[in-house]
Amino acid sequence: MELLVSVIIGILTACGIYLSLRGRTFPVVLGLTFLSYAVNLFLLTMGRLAVGNPPIISENAAHYADPLPQALVLTAIVISFGMTAFVIILSLRAFLEMGNDQVDGKHKPQ
Amino acid sequence: MNLSLITLTPFLGAGFVAAISRLGRLHAAWGAGGVTLLALCFLYPHLTDAFAGMVLVHRLPWIPSLDIDLAFRLDGLALLFVLLILCIGLLIILYARYYLSERDDMGRFYAYLLLFMGSMLGIATSENIIQLLIFWELTSLSSFLLISYWQTRHESRSGARMALAVTGGGGLALLGGFLLLGEMVGSYYLTDILSAGEHIRNHELYLPMLILILLGAFTKSAQFPFHFWLPNAMAAPTPVSAYLHSATMVKAGVFLLARLFPVLSGTSAWFWLVCLTGLITLVMAAYIALFKDDLKGLLAYSTISHLGLITLLFGIGTPMAALAGVFHIINHAIFKASLFMAAGIIQHETGTRDMRILRGLRKYMPHTTLLATVAAASMAGVPLFNGFLSKEMFFGETLFIINQPWGWILPAAATLAGIFAVAYSLRFIHNVFFDGEPAGLPKHPHEPPRWMKVPVEILVALCLLVGIFPALTIDPILTVAAASVLQGNPVPDHDLAIWHGFNTALWMSIVALVGGVIVYLIRKPLFTFQARLDGLLDFKALYELFLEKLFAFSSIVTQFLNRYSLQRAVFVFLLFVIALGVSGAITTDYDYSLTGARDTLPIDGISLLIAIMIIAAAIATVIVHHQRLIALVLLGAVGLGVSLVFVKFSAPDLALTQLSVEVVTIVLMLLALYFLPQQSPHESGIWLRRRDALIATAAGSGIALLVWAVLTRPYDSIADYFLANSLPGGGGTNAVNVILVDFRGYDTFGEITVLALAGLGIFAMLEQLRIAGASHDSEGRTWNDDIHPTVMASFARLLLPLALLVSMFILLRGHNLPGGGFIAGLVTAVALIMQYLANGTIWTQRRLSINMHKVIGYGLLIAAGTGLASWIFEYPFLTSTFRHVHWPVVGEFELASAMIFDVGVYLVVVGATLLILVNLGLIHNQSHQMKHRKQIR
Repeated sequence: MELLVSVIIGILTACGIYLSLRGRTFPVVLGLTFLSYAVNLFLLTMGRLAVGNPPIISENAAHYADPLPQALVLTAIVISFGMTAFVIILSLRAFLEMGNDQVDGKHKPQ
Repeated sequence: MNLSLITLTPFLGAGFVAAISRLGRLHAAWGAGGVTLLALCFLYPHLTDAFAGMVLVHRLPWIPSLDIDLAFRLDGLALLFVLLILCIGLLIILYARYYLSERDDMGRFYAYLLLFMGSMLGIATSENIIQLLIFWELTSLSSFLLISYWQTRHESRSGARMALAVTGGGGLALLGGFLLLGEMVGSYYLTDILSAGEHIRNHELYLPMLILILLGAFTKSAQFPFHFWLPNAMAAPTPVSAYLHSATMVKAGVFLLARLFPVLSGTSAWFWLVCLTGLITLVMAAYIALFKDDLKGLLAYSTISHLGLITLLFGIGTPMAALAGVFHIINHAIFKASLFMAAGIIQHETGTRDMRILRGLRKYMPHTTLLATVAAASMAGVPLFNGFLSKEMFFGETLFIINQPWGWILPAAATLAGIFAVAYSLRFIHNVFFDGEPAGLPKHPHEPPRWMKVPVEILVALCLLVGIFPALTIDPILTVAAASVLQGNPVPDHDLAIWHGFNTALWMSIVALVGGVIVYLIRKPLFTFQARLDGLLDFKALYELFLEKLFAFSSIVTQFLNRYSLQRAVFVFLLFVIALGVSGAITTDYDYSLTGARDTLPIDGISLLIAIMIIAAAIATVIVHHQRLIALVLLGAVGLGVSLVFVKFSAPDLALTQLSVEVVTIVLMLLALYFLPQQSPHESGIWLRRRDALIATAAGSGIALLVWAVLTRPYDSIADYFLANSLPGGGGTNAVNVILVDFRGYDTFGEITVLALAGLGIFAMLEQLRIAGASHDSEGRTWNDDIHPTVMASFARLLLPLALLVSMFILLRGHNLPGGGFIAGLVTAVALIMQYLANGTIWTQRRLSINMHKVIGYGLLIAAGTGLASWIFEYPFLTSTFRHVHWPVVGEFELASAMIFDVGVYLVVVGATLLILVNLGLIHNQSHQMKHRKQIR
């Protein structure tokens, strides 16, 4: 399972980085979303993998998953939504102001 | 009563004054005066003790765990400065009320002035030197605001920026010096530092520390070669100049010299650095002042020169010189403030400050002439006026090394500066008030309003009183201030009399007076000579050249790194990160195998399937990313896969959050995509794409290896603490939620604030936006106008109460089972967004007219309120409490105050999410209408 998770995080990172190196705003926003998936998973797994042990206190449970990374990631998900929303609206605004969606606000001479 | 109140009152008053200025133009002036009087009242109970030479220290706990207190100190020196700052401040407030015109915003002016006053008081009364430094930088900042008060004028802005750059830069050096000083002594409190003089002077880091501290003092007090900012700060309104450049801002530097005099002085490094700087400043500025045609320019250089004189006195370092330095601080503040005010009156009533135009005002403003003449006589050092007394002391002190070889230079230079001082004072009076008839003035001159002269009259009366009866008036405060400068060394016998017989100092005074008159009489050839030298050594130009070169250099560095291109910047950044990672892995001496000792979990079929789905969707997204809509759908699939990963690995809260965020994100991106191009062009060349793919693969592999290495290793976590205390300490069984709203509630508070700001920022970007919608999609199909199908609309309406019920349930149970404010907020947002989608923005808006700004605001207030409520019970911010409740029918449950905090979180999430989406939705609506109008036309 650890191998599978490592590969998923690696692929998500690679996809995110490739897309964020593109020259148009929309793919860059997609790339940032990929990166936030990767980072959130990365943070969660720092508490190691646990199956079937949610951190809900009960008398029957013997082990719990680490709740701290989960709390960190929960707010990170919401904040990255805020960031994604901000960036996509910013790129929309930039597109409308400048007439193109190049990341540097200008067309490159081809 | 508490010492800190003296300093804190003006800070609180600044807000008060800004607020009441809306009620009426003059309220601000009255308010500022009242605040200053209040600060004086707080000082009053301490006066007896302070005059008796006691050192009062008051400490407020600030960061107790690091043993840092807010500490205030009132000794003789602090008392002197507090009195100067408050009393002259009061006169300035009165004066400014008449000086400012109808167009000037009084509230802003007085608020800035009080901020500055508070910062200055902070410098004077700080016991902790780091705290002193904070106030020091605050004076730089607030003086920046004051100097640039007339923001529309270019010279105001550039003068303010220069003052900030020079004094702020000096502040940085001072920070370094203070850190060295504090580490040497092992304490940052003045009481400890002042008693460790011997240790400090013999310390090996004494010299660097001294240089850094002097840099701070010299930049602030406009000493050569940092003096140039002061004349350029004359773009400020005259009351500001009168305040900053007489009693306050520039005196902060010499205050620091006086404050640290007992520990820093007495070495040859101190003597040479301080004396030479003071001497050069004294002579140079006195010479330049004579040639300034601008009234305030003349006064500015005169100020620099007098500051040089004070610096020189502290540099000489004998007890008597220090006493004279303190004396001259007082005298200079009194006469310079009145002269600046007089200059302001002249400008106010004639419309100009140019001495090439001003002539013969004596006939039109006889009263002002008299006042200015007395103040100028004091500045020149004429007997019977206060400036004479300290200047004669100064002349006497310059003789202390007369027997050494070259020892005559010091008194000779001092006399030379005295000659120029007399000459420029004479010019100030003769040129403006006498010398023929005025011609070509912008306004017809006349006396100013009665009360505008009152502050000047008070100060001029002081010049005379101190000058004639020094022992009766000034001696008590002078003695106690000098005693705290000398720290235990006896205050030397000083005979504050006008007549000491024909000694050398008197002869120097006489030479200065006679010489000054002669220089003024033969000024014509001197002016011609100086005109030829003009611009030869222009420090302002040098400073600007330096800035220009600095900007050019930064621009080159920026060009090299990113060429103003995001792609290049990201590329360079990633390259560095990968290089760092690789070099770290290669060079580590740690013998690490990639795989650790922890047992791995077995892979099951479903997990494998989901993993393949995530990977396939991710790679497919990258491949088809030019087709934006398809890429977005695939991205949604990846997001759903990620939430399944959360389900698998025991994170139900995260799964719920990810699921609802995914819905909101995709809806938002779809809305935005409607206005954006539907395709990304293929514009990167094959080599660029290969390069990026290589970088992405390298980074991805690195991360994967890192995750693998971590996951296969056992670890220790602080999780046990949270798990053990979740129920007994936080009253909830859902440890994740208890961490969010209780243990780390402060973080969560910050995070919802960020979310609220993002929402407001987006609102601002969308405001006033009008876009015409497209009539066809990218493949040429016409958009369907029937966007609200009946079936969907009906079901959405039916579902709404159910969805809201679910979200309430999730909110309430969050403390014990997966759920909580974040998730419930997102579920509510999704439920409401469904209505907008199914029924149309206008239909829903009409039925749901809640102002989302207010929802966000209330959410933040509730969250902050629960935090503040714990203060009432004397617990730290956001301490939570809970109680076991038995409710008939419902049963037994825990009620925690943190749940109220969670309601705040809920409201902010709902508010921000809806604010973003609904506003984008409204723009859609308009775009459809605009599209129709276009078609009709």
